[in-house]
Amino acid sequence: MERHFDQELKDLNKEILQMGVFAQEAIFKSVEALERKDKELARGVIDDDVRIDRLELIIDERCVDLIARYQPMAKDLRFITTGMKINVELERIADIAVDIAQRTLELVDKPLLKPLVDIPKLTGIAQNMVRMAIDAFVQGDGDLARKVLLSDSEADSLRNLIQKELVEDYMVKEGDTAPRAVQLLLIARFLERICDHATNIAEDVIYMVQAEVVRHHPEKL
Amino acid sequence: MEVKVDHLDLWYTDFHALKDVNASFGQKRITAIIGPSGCGKSTLLRTFNRMNDLVEGVRTSGQVLIDGTNILAQDTDLVGLRKRVGMVFQRPNPFPLSVYENIVFGPRVHSEMKKSALDEIVQQSLQSVLLWDELKDRLDESALGLSLEQRQRLCIARLIAVKPDMLLMDEPCSTLDPQATQRIEELMRELKNNYTILIVTHNMQQAARVSDDTGFMLLGELVEFAQTQEVFTAPKDKRTEEYITGRYG
Repeated sequence: MERHFDQELKDLNKEILQMGVFAQEAIFKSVEALERKDKELARGVIDDDVRIDRLELIIDERCVDLIARYQPMAKDLRFITTGMKINVELERIADIAVDIAQRTLELVDKPLLKPLVDIPKLTGIAQNMVRMAIDAFVQGDGDLARKVLLSDSEADSLRNLIQKELVEDYMVKEGDTAPRAVQLLLIARFLERICDHATNIAEDVIYMVQAEVVRHHPEKL
Repeated sequence: MEVKVDHLDLWYTDFHALKDVNASFGQKRITAIIGPSGCGKSTLLRTFNRMNDLVEGVRTSGQVLIDGTNILAQDTDLVGLRKRVGMVFQRPNPFPLSVYENIVFGPRVHSEMKKSALDEIVQQSLQSVLLWDELKDRLDESALGLSLEQRQRLCIARLIAVKPDMLLMDEPCSTLDPQATQRIEELMRELKNNYTILIVTHNMQQAARVSDDTGFMLLGELVEFAQTQEVFTAPKDKRTEEYITGRYG
């Protein structure tokens, strides 16, 4: 028997999915703007952050309202509390995309140090991890969430590679490229942080679906 | 006091009301028993003080062990048992006597006592249910003149007067308003420092608030029994989850 509460949970699910879509778009556009040297696109990421912040507040209020009115238990309680946590993670991801866009604006009028290969690759990993983590939440799929956790090491390795190359080839050897290299290093670091947030979302989804706490327990993966 | 139920079955004539119930109840903890109407909650509760004996046609198999002794045995001293295991009911039921006489009724049944000793028992019992300040100057008044909440507290005080080990509470707050319910729940939290408490309740939020452990019953079966936090956040049995999330029925 579907309850009115079930419809409210579905609505919450949709809103978090929408938040996930916004966050993924922001990641994509922020690096696309760098690749295309598109100031407008970068500024668009910064301007769009307002709607993401607004949606975060709406979702947060909805979750508190559901808890107050329905006193949910068991899987419903886990779903709502996980939704609250994921909401915060997605808003942080969007903020990081803004940081990337701001670095892009610093770089867009300057020549590229070299064709961008690894940063778009890292962007793809980050987007994929966020997408999988959100899909895992929306579908209640603990196995998909675990796959997200396994992807994190690839992101870390690629970030380390980017860092090594930028430091050794552009900051140590060629001094006048150092400012640009620093900006790119920051972008790589931001993308790796997005992957960390996707990992956090996946850990929360595992708790939601399987009532198992894997956060800070790598041995359980 | 160790309380254990071991392969307990109970029939009311042909109706199989309790089916192979097994559980251990923690000392000085509050255990809530929840479940839909007719699932056997009150029947299980009444097993601990043999109140089911009053129902014609009742029979049991298995054991209910209090400190290792099976209280379902034929030779059990029922008066002694009901001194150790007291019960309060949904509708407060003070005797149609004064406040004082309600409390000393039990101690007088069990032993001869001087008035000074009885006076002390009355004061201690009423203090333990936070009624002494309200009623110390009204001890000779009829208990029937008290509010519902006061009556329920008095009934608990009446139990405490005979120094039980275990308190059974069958929906003790269902006739009380929300504020009175909250105060009785606070009282339960105080009482568990000294007594093992078993409460049957239809109010799941109450079970979640006050109890340390929760048992979910369905159709005579104790489906799940675990710490309350676990039952209400991550129950292991799907039937428990359906019930507590309101999807049952």
